[in-house]
Order: sequence, then C-alpha cells, then structure tokens
Amino acid sequence: MKTDVIETVKKPETVIIQPMKGLVALNLRDLWIYRELVYFLTWRDLKVRYKQSVLGVLWAIIKPFLAMVVFTVFFGNLAKLPSDGLPYPIWSYTGLLPWEFFAAALSVSARSMLTSGNMVSKIYFPRIIVPLSSVFANLIDFLIAFVILIGMMFFYHITPTINMLWLPAFMLLAIITALGVGLWFSALLVMYRDINYMLPFITQLWMFISPVVYASSIVPEKWRVLYSLNPMAGVVEGFRWALLGTQQSISPLMIAISSVIALTLFISGLFFFRRMERVFADMI
Amino acid sequence: MSNLAIKVNDLGKQYKIFSEVNRYQTLREKITETLRSPLKNLLNPTGSETFWALRHVSFEVERGLVLGVIGKNGAGKSTLLKMLSRVVEPTEGRAEIHGRVGSLLEVGTGFHPELTGRENVYLNGAILGMKRSEIDKKFDEIVAFSEIEQFIDTPVKRYSSGMYMRLAFAVSAHLEPEILIVDEVLAVGDAEFQRKCLGKMSDVAGEGRTVLFVSHNMSAVTRLTKECIILEHGKMTQRAPSSEAVDYYLSHGYEKGGERIWTSDEIPSESFPFKPIALRVMNAKGQVVDSVRSVEPLTLEMDYSLDSAITGLRVGIYLMTVRGDYVFTSFDTDDPEQFSKHTERRAGHYISRCTIPADLLNEGRYTLGVNASVFRIKRYFQDANAVVFNVNPTGAPGMHWVEPRQGVTRPRLDWQIVEK
Repeated sequence: MKTDVIETVKKPETVIIQPMKGLVALNLRDLWIYRELVYFLTWRDLKVRYKQSVLGVLWAIIKPFLAMVVFTVFFGNLAKLPSDGLPYPIWSYTGLLPWEFFAAALSVSARSMLTSGNMVSKIYFPRIIVPLSSVFANLIDFLIAFVILIGMMFFYHITPTINMLWLPAFMLLAIITALGVGLWFSALLVMYRDINYMLPFITQLWMFISPVVYASSIVPEKWRVLYSLNPMAGVVEGFRWALLGTQQSISPLMIAISSVIALTLFISGLFFFRRMERVFADMI
Repeated sequence: MSNLAIKVNDLGKQYKIFSEVNRYQTLREKITETLRSPLKNLLNPTGSETFWALRHVSFEVERGLVLGVIGKNGAGKSTLLKMLSRVVEPTEGRAEIHGRVGSLLEVGTGFHPELTGRENVYLNGAILGMKRSEIDKKFDEIVAFSEIEQFIDTPVKRYSSGMYMRLAFAVSAHLEPEILIVDEVLAVGDAEFQRKCLGKMSDVAGEGRTVLFVSHNMSAVTRLTKECIILEHGKMTQRAPSSEAVDYYLSHGYEKGGERIWTSDEIPSESFPFKPIALRVMNAKGQVVDSVRSVEPLTLEMDYSLDSAITGLRVGIYLMTVRGDYVFTSFDTDDPEQFSKHTERRAGHYISRCTIPADLLNEGRYTLGVNASVFRIKRYFQDANAVVFNVNPTGAPGMHWVEPRQGVTRPRLDWQIVEK
C-alpha cells in the first residue's frame, strides 16, 4: 500500500477547465495518457462480439467468403464482368477484404458514440478513443479473413511479387479512410439520429462506386479522376495491385488522389470530432 | 507552488430546454427550420429556451481538504461535479485542477454484462484511468474487497445486483488519484457493505487526498467532510464548517411549524382514493408545535379522507433523524386486533393518531414521514419528509452533566445501585 502512494507522488499535472472557442487543439497528450484504454476497448469489442456465438471468429471469414461466392456466380459467371484477366473468385475476394473491413469499421464506429453514451456522460476520457477502438477491433477480423486469401493464392498458383511490400501502406489508407468517415459520422450521429438510418444505404451505394465487383478499368478514361475521389477506389485497386499484380486498373494518379482525399477526411474528421466532443455529454 | 488543489472561478453551465417530443433534432427539422426562418436561426442559432443549471460559482479547495457539496435535487451539484471531472464543458468561467483527478459519478461505468468479473475489473479500471500495471497490482485487493472471489470468472450478467455493485465499487475505491470527486456512490449494497464503503472513504480522506463529496446522506457528510458548500438553485449560498452547513441546510427547505398541510395540487393522482389532509406534531396540551420537550409525551396525528373504501389499508409514520437515520416505523393497524377491526375502511374523513411516550427521544431534530398503503398490493401515498420538529431535552435524564449524549433515544431507565 505504502509503496503505491510513493509512486503516485509526482509533479501534479494541472488541468484548466473552461469553454473552448474556435478551432480547438487536438489534445494528443491526453490520448497518449489513455492509450491503454484503446487497447481495452478494442479487446472488449472483440470479446463481446464473439461470446455466445457458436462459430465465433469464423464469422470473420464466412462473411467475405459468402460474398465472394455470390459475386462470382452473378457478376463473374452470369454478368461476365472483367476481372483483370484473373480468376474472378480470388480477384473479387482481394477487393472484398479491404471493402468488408471499411464497411464494418464504418458502421460500428459511426454508431460507437451512441452505444457508449453511458460512459461518455459519466467519465472523462478522450472521446476519440471510442470510434478509434471500434475501427481497430475490425482490423482483427480483417487479419483472420486474410488467412483465407493466402490459401486461395496457393490454390490459384499466384506468386506474390515485390509489390506486396506496399500492402501495409494500402491497409493504412483503408484505416485512415474508415477513421475519417467514422469520425464525421459518429459526431454527426450524436446530433442527428437520421444518420443511423442512412448508414446502411450509404455503405451499399459506396460499394457500387468502388471497384469491388468490377474493375475500375471499365470506367471511361475521362471519368477516372472523378472516380478516384473515392478513397476506397484507391484502396481496393491498390490491394489487387499489391497482391495479384494487376496493372490495367491502377495508376499513380489514382493512388495520389485517393490518399489526399483520405487524409483530408481524416484530418477534418479529427477536428470536427474534437469540436463536437464538447457537447457530446450534453446531447447523448 | 500554491497549495490549492482546485480553484473554481465564476463557473457556469447553461442548458437548453428540450421538450420531450423534440429531444433529438432530426436533419429534416433542422433543414426545414432553417429554410422557414433563416433570419431567426442566424440571430438565435439555438432556437430554444435556456436556463442556467449553475452560475457564478467560485471557490477554492486546499490540498488535502475533504469538501462536501450539499443541496437539494436540481441545485446543480451534479452539474458542478460533471464540469470538474471534464464530462461536460462549462458555458462560462474557469476552473483549475492541480493533480490527477479520479471521478466517481457512478460506479460500474462501462461494465459489460457479457464479460466476466475479472475482465470487467480491467476494463472499468482502464476507463477510470488506471494503468494496467496498477490494476494488476491491486487486483487481489479489489476482489477481496468486493467479497466475490468465487464468481470472479463468471459473466457479470449472472451476478445479483448486490454483487455487481460491490465489484463496481471495489474497482472505484482502489483508484488512487490525488483529487477524488465522488457523487452518491455510497448508496450501494447492504448495510454491511455501506459501512465498509464509508470506512474506505474515510481512509481516502485520512490519506491526505483532496476529496469533493456530494451526498444526500447528512450523517455521512458530517462524518467525512470538514467543510461544505451549499448549492441552492444553481448558486452557491454558503461555505462553512460541515456541522454548521448541515444544520443550515437542514433547517432550510423543509416545512416548518410542526404541521404539514397538503393542498389538492400537491396530491399525486395515483394516491386516489386516499387523500392526505394534514400531518401534525402536538405537545401534551394538544397544541401544534415544532418543538417538543423530551420529558412530555407527544402526539402525532395524520388527518386524511377516503373517496372510496379501501380494504387492508394501513396508515403509518416513519420517524427519522434529520441526518437520515431511521428511528422507527409504525402503522395504525400494527396491532392484529386493530387490523381485523378496521380491515375495510369506508369512504369518509379519518384521523389516525398515536402517542410517543415521554422520555424516549434524545435531543435533536427529527423528520416525520407518512405512508398509506395496502401491504404487498399498493402504496397509495408516501411523503418521507413531511414535517420536521425539534426535541428539547430540558429535564431529561442526565441533564446535570452538560454533554451531548450519543444515540437517538434517551430513555429514563430504572437504574439500581446495589452494594454487595
């Protein structure tokens, strides 16, 4: 007991509490102090999600896998959409991986402030931890689903190239996009519950403007720049390029545009969220 | 460096008043509203009424002081604590806090029913701002304190509410901040556990930590705090040593004069057909008084009417000290004979009257409450703080020694001194 007390005696930190005005600082110091909470909330999300479910973590595989089967039958075999000359199953699964991550991360993080309302109205901690950890929890699902992709690459005899080293960068791009959009939506959702109903619809539309079931090479050249404004276009095509070596659908310009938009979304999301953070406890 | 832990300067919080239906704005409303009256929205972007939950509050807390915050519901206590623990942002003013803050506005925040006790200890600890290493170190202590060792790996959804609260409080109690902000968390668990919680709280206070303590339990406030601030209608009206502040608080805000008369708009509709009229405290001469002598019997009288018959009705009183400790509860049909005689009470005007014998109560202030119910069927009416009265000890046993006597009662016992 006594030793604990000695440990906690250090220079007292001073906190100033007053109304914030204008564009507020991000307060990354607090985020660092509470870093362990990110870990605990991520861990809680995962633990709770798969408790009392028979198949448990298998769900992380089943969802993208079934989507791949359905897409292969309808878009690959029946509609005969081009797949950059690769077998449609592995081609679509490679796109589905980052897409499923993005869609799940967005839907969970957008609702996260509302589902954690009880915590938010009782205890102080940097609020950004809530959407942040819900995005991270989905990262684990992504990694599990990725194992299947490795199996499929063996099955289709696809040898990874040096491009593979870029994969973490594209994953980062997917995370930043999910976080950016998640931050905007979670803050807006506290004020406007409408977002809750709009979300499934938005995600669905978003999938069709992303090259998940089709290759972006079918988009006319003059529309490509506009098309690249969707950061997920860059992410999905980046994944295929890094893992399968597709060439036709990707361009450095596309990746550049996607990255700039993703970063803009992310940074503006951070500031918007931080600005709205002040009223969360009053609104929830 | 200054020796202040908390410095609050002109702090205020304004809330918008939402009507029930319009609690959450929808986008459509916002858009149509803006289109319909763009000017009004520009000039008054909130568009709704506002009120100050707290305003112009300034005080300082020296390091190591245990300060009580008292006030009625809605006086702004919780708002103050929420601002100081950074849950809500003030609308105006400023507060400085020197030191690591731990705030317990509620125990068990973030507990997840699907997770086990062990998992929840870690999760809750992290939410309260503890490091994982800290929780590791205190884990056994926390579990021992909560007394649920054998259930620690059971999901908390299978816990009884008492176990749940004990575990939740145990985590909070082992938080070791320099400044602790506590709101009413002592009202958990059974009497035994409450005692333990109070003990833990006085340990914390004794360790020289700064504590801000909000409670309705006046005996806890006087026991744990040195000084108190009183909030009334969002304003700070007093700062005084605790016993003085508690007395001030208790003597304001209750009915005075030994009689409580209910006006028709004060009677809730659920109480039909029971209609309370008045509750009176009377001395031996039958006068309604707010101060009685302990050496005289006193009469308590509940005046009420029934608009229709009630079967099995019992009308009773609670006697409490103003600090919130019960003295006794008694009903007019406690005697089985009385009960069978008055099983059905027809519509009409009644008085239920009882006498408290002389030489029973000790000196002090007492609160009288009333309850009208049918056992296990329905509670028609209840008012726990209907009347406050004083008991004056002049002539009581032992008055030749000028000392306050401990205890609620001061009976005249038949002592015999025998030499053998």
